[in-house]
Amino acid sequence: MCLGIPGQITAITDEARLMAMADVSGVRREISLAPVANRPLTELVGQWALIHVGFAMAIIDEEEAARTLEALRDLGEAQETLEAMAEGQKALEGTQ
Amino acid sequence: MKHVTEFRDPALAKFLLADIARLCDQIGATREKPVHIMEICGGHTHAIFRFGLDKLVHEGIEFIHGPGCPVCVLPMSRVDECIEIAEREGVIFTTFGDAMRVPGARGSLMQAKARGADIRMVYSPLDALEIARRNPDREVVFFGLGFETTTPSTAFAIQAAAREGLFNFSVFCNHITVPEPIRALLGDPHMTLDGFIGPGHVSMVIGTHPYDFIAQEFGKPIVVAGFEPIDLLQSVVMVLRQVAEGRAEVENQYARVVPEHGNPASMAAIADVYERRPSFEWRGLGEIDASGLRIRPDYAAFDAEAKFGVGYGAAGPRHVPEPEGCACGAVMTGRIKPTACPQYGLGCTPETPLGALMVSSEGACAAYWQYGGARGAAA
Repeated sequence: MCLGIPGQITAITDEARLMAMADVSGVRREISLAPVANRPLTELVGQWALIHVGFAMAIIDEEEAARTLEALRDLGEAQETLEAMAEGQKALEGTQ
Repeated sequence: MKHVTEFRDPALAKFLLADIARLCDQIGATREKPVHIMEICGGHTHAIFRFGLDKLVHEGIEFIHGPGCPVCVLPMSRVDECIEIAEREGVIFTTFGDAMRVPGARGSLMQAKARGADIRMVYSPLDALEIARRNPDREVVFFGLGFETTTPSTAFAIQAAAREGLFNFSVFCNHITVPEPIRALLGDPHMTLDGFIGPGHVSMVIGTHPYDFIAQEFGKPIVVAGFEPIDLLQSVVMVLRQVAEGRAEVENQYARVVPEHGNPASMAAIADVYERRPSFEWRGLGEIDASGLRIRPDYAAFDAEAKFGVGYGAAGPRHVPEPEGCACGAVMTGRIKPTACPQYGLGCTPETPLGALMVSSEGACAAYWQYGGARGAAA
């Protein structure tokens, strides 16, 4: 459960709270940029991040993102993470 | 098991396997007298089994599966305390899904949920914060679990709750750290460890220097590694090369993601919110000095231990003995293989786990079960 999953940062959603929208294997998820916010946030839009439990933990290049995603898919971890994201959404609505 | 031909770069994999074999011969490593390499991280354990690396490498390599699976080292008493909190009036208890099936003395969180407790699986502590915002009349508790990769996320969440004045949010902190159990294992005279494969994503947060003692005090090599099969093979080569040359250093095979000094913002958040406990209990390993974190008094309003009077915040931690016949401790320290546990595949399967190592895909027993085959199969 200590593995991050690559996602692409698509937009800043709340600059004050360092929140952004990310695309993780086709799933849109709001994430925190707090760990990588040591630069102007707008520079992060379009970049790839290693996302762990909703936090962008490291900025990585596109090739690294693709390779990591392949390894995670092989391990079944990518699917597990996407399912956890869907569960999280249900938990917000209290429909689990 | 995958074959080398299915690797992203089969030629490189074959080259690395040949390099491993050459180095094993040079060192004199054999099936009878193997080099013991501990992969610390449960993600690496999973990858080793998934890609069959333990079978592909020279027989002179023996992988010892380390304590780096957070749900596997969670003591039963902490699961019981989670249930105790979750069953309190007005509580919404939130947790990563991984923890739902870990057995405690009173069953698992999954079973408590079935009994009617409001327990919700979330992806992120951010989800728990949002649940707290939407339910101001309820107490929302997040089960803070995991190593240094996960610790920053709950630290940032507590900082956010403090900024917003979200006082119906708290964290039941069970965060643990990687270096201390490794120190404990290295100090155990029954352990034979010749080198380590260091965790990738934990190191992305803490950097490589927290492992310096492994090389400097204990004279053992450690190589921080990525998760692709090629990364792991490359790391084994790097460990063996150190052994062959009589070196003991901290090397970083995963520098493309792991900075030498880690992630400064995450480290700062951890230091702001958490402090070390004098000791913390690990399932199978017992109490280990300074191996767990607790919430600093400044953030006591967000500390579920203080709020609910449980865990190390209560009179004292309770110890709940392991189930009869459960050999998780011996497996975790590499003294026996999972298949040698009397309960493996009998009283303990992934569907009905008795011990925590059977719960998570990162646990050695579950990995054996999934990829190694049934009880009695050659391991």
